[in-house]
Amino acid sequence: MRLKSGIAKYIKSTALQRRIMRRKGLDRFFAFEGLFVMGVALLVLFALVGQLTADGGGRLSWQFLTSFPSRFPAQAGILTAWIGTILVMLVTALAAIPLGIGAAIYLEEYSGKSWLTDVIEINIANLAGVPSIVYGLMALGLLVYELHLGQSFLTAGLTLGMLILPMVIIATREAIRSVPPAVREAAYALGATKWQTVRDHVLPYSMGGILTGMILALSRAVGETAPLITVGALSFIAFLPHPPWQGEFPFVSFEWLFDPFTVMPIQMFNWVSRPQEEFHVNAAAAGLILLAMSLAMNAVAIVIRARFRKRIHW
Amino acid sequence: MDTMEVHIAEVPVEKKTVVRSLAPRLVPRLKEKAIELLLQLAAFTSVAITLGIVGVLAYESFHFFQQVSVVDFLTDRQWTPLFADAHYGILSLVSGTLVTTAVALLVAIPMGSLIAIYLSEYASRSVRECVKPVLELLSAVPTVVYGYFALLFVTPTLQKIWPDLPGFNMLSAGLVIGFMIVPYVSSVSEDAMRAVPVYLREGAFALGATRMQTALRVVFPSALSGITAAYVLGVSRAIGETMVVAIAAGMQPTLTLNPLEPAATMTAYIVQVSLGDLPHGSVGYQTIFATGLMLLLITLLFNIAGHALKKRYRQVY
Repeated sequence: MRLKSGIAKYIKSTALQRRIMRRKGLDRFFAFEGLFVMGVALLVLFALVGQLTADGGGRLSWQFLTSFPSRFPAQAGILTAWIGTILVMLVTALAAIPLGIGAAIYLEEYSGKSWLTDVIEINIANLAGVPSIVYGLMALGLLVYELHLGQSFLTAGLTLGMLILPMVIIATREAIRSVPPAVREAAYALGATKWQTVRDHVLPYSMGGILTGMILALSRAVGETAPLITVGALSFIAFLPHPPWQGEFPFVSFEWLFDPFTVMPIQMFNWVSRPQEEFHVNAAAAGLILLAMSLAMNAVAIVIRARFRKRIHW
Repeated sequence: MDTMEVHIAEVPVEKKTVVRSLAPRLVPRLKEKAIELLLQLAAFTSVAITLGIVGVLAYESFHFFQQVSVVDFLTDRQWTPLFADAHYGILSLVSGTLVTTAVALLVAIPMGSLIAIYLSEYASRSVRECVKPVLELLSAVPTVVYGYFALLFVTPTLQKIWPDLPGFNMLSAGLVIGFMIVPYVSSVSEDAMRAVPVYLREGAFALGATRMQTALRVVFPSALSGITAAYVLGVSRAIGETMVVAIAAGMQPTLTLNPLEPAATMTAYIVQVSLGDLPHGSVGYQTIFATGLMLLLITLLFNIAGHALKKRYRQVY
């Protein structure tokens, strides 16, 4: 009886009310803190974009896009850099995407549980954590000096291809895994072979996820600088690579693969590390274009993901 | 039953097709096998890449350590491989890496964790769907752009507070790397916290806990395994980050733990040498592989430690 009245008294007491109020206040403060920190992170993003725009926005012009690099900041441009980025990305995509999708299909659809599969899986997880510059060192030792591919577009593309391969494999596996087994069983029941099932059912249904993963991986490769410096990118190239086409049969030419290369981030790095402020303006302008490239790729990936998510309901 | 058998027996083409259909079936079967083999080869390229990395680093470092003793490499306090009076003390570079990484983690771990808690425990679905992609843009910005930002925005801003801060310093490089890895930490931790079953939260609420108490004392400890993975991911990123430090921290190897000073990290040194023109096969050329090996070993060490912690905190519901 005394206990009961004691509890009743305590519940009505101001001490308890105060403690509840304090806890609730603390809770609200904590929520506010989370919101605040999020705001700070977003503010940094805006500051970065704002700073680049303020510094380099005025430098963006047709002349900037169509000029070679120069000793004179006002005449310099990024023609070789953006063409280089596109060509390197082409090699990277051609190297990493078929290999990555193939590896993912093997791991998800073909391989059973064996120690070999385990080795491959652990290996891929570890590769994803290797610093990018280490890939550059490997490419320098192996591709440039052992295989004699030179400091070329081919080397650069393959280096970045190796770098994003784990990302491609991981993204593709996730996409393939989201296709329900019933789809495969239905295909087998109709007499399809394993490859027919994969080609006609599993791959088309997971295309949204695969595409998203590819674009995100390539957007990572677009901004990658360090491994390309290691394999020997030039920052001052005043000529264009050989065109990938030619007048006579077979009309495509692969000479450009062995030309010396530069890419957007390398050009920007070169300009940032010069002491003159005029070059910093160029760096900011190049950075804006680079930023626009990678943000646009991310935006496309987000849109694709959202569209495919809406369309497919298992 | 009887009529069925008769019916099958009456099919006239049996004998002829058996002979013919062997060949057409052989081709698809071979094709299936070939495709499987090709896919298997693709899967093995990832192993080949690892072997390539380890092989190249080990091979070049082996030649390096034939000329420089391992003891000197690990204990000398100076790193001047390109000077006439050459010293090969990797500690000067390791200290730079550790300082920038520490500064980065001081930013990224509290911020990333708080954002993860907010998004997973407080934010509504629509807010989360909106904020997450925008936050992830932070990690999509090219690192060289972050380098520019660190050198030409963060450092001048900090110089307004500390006027004698040098133009190149580890503090602003570390801060910027921190912001860069916030999304890695926050998004992986958030996934881990959201995987904590709702009934644990409901149990806490039923006992009268506020959201904050539930988040900090129930959800966070339950998700600690996944959160550790997020931190390890952040650490690996910070250690391997190159362009921000190469641009904003200076390239002078200094054995110091003071983030206000300029210093070179292991990655920045590799960049610096690669920009120059060292002959293939010289000791100077080999130093970058020895540095790369050290970098890989340190990353591996953190990953193994993280894996052990992850296992220790694993909870099964």
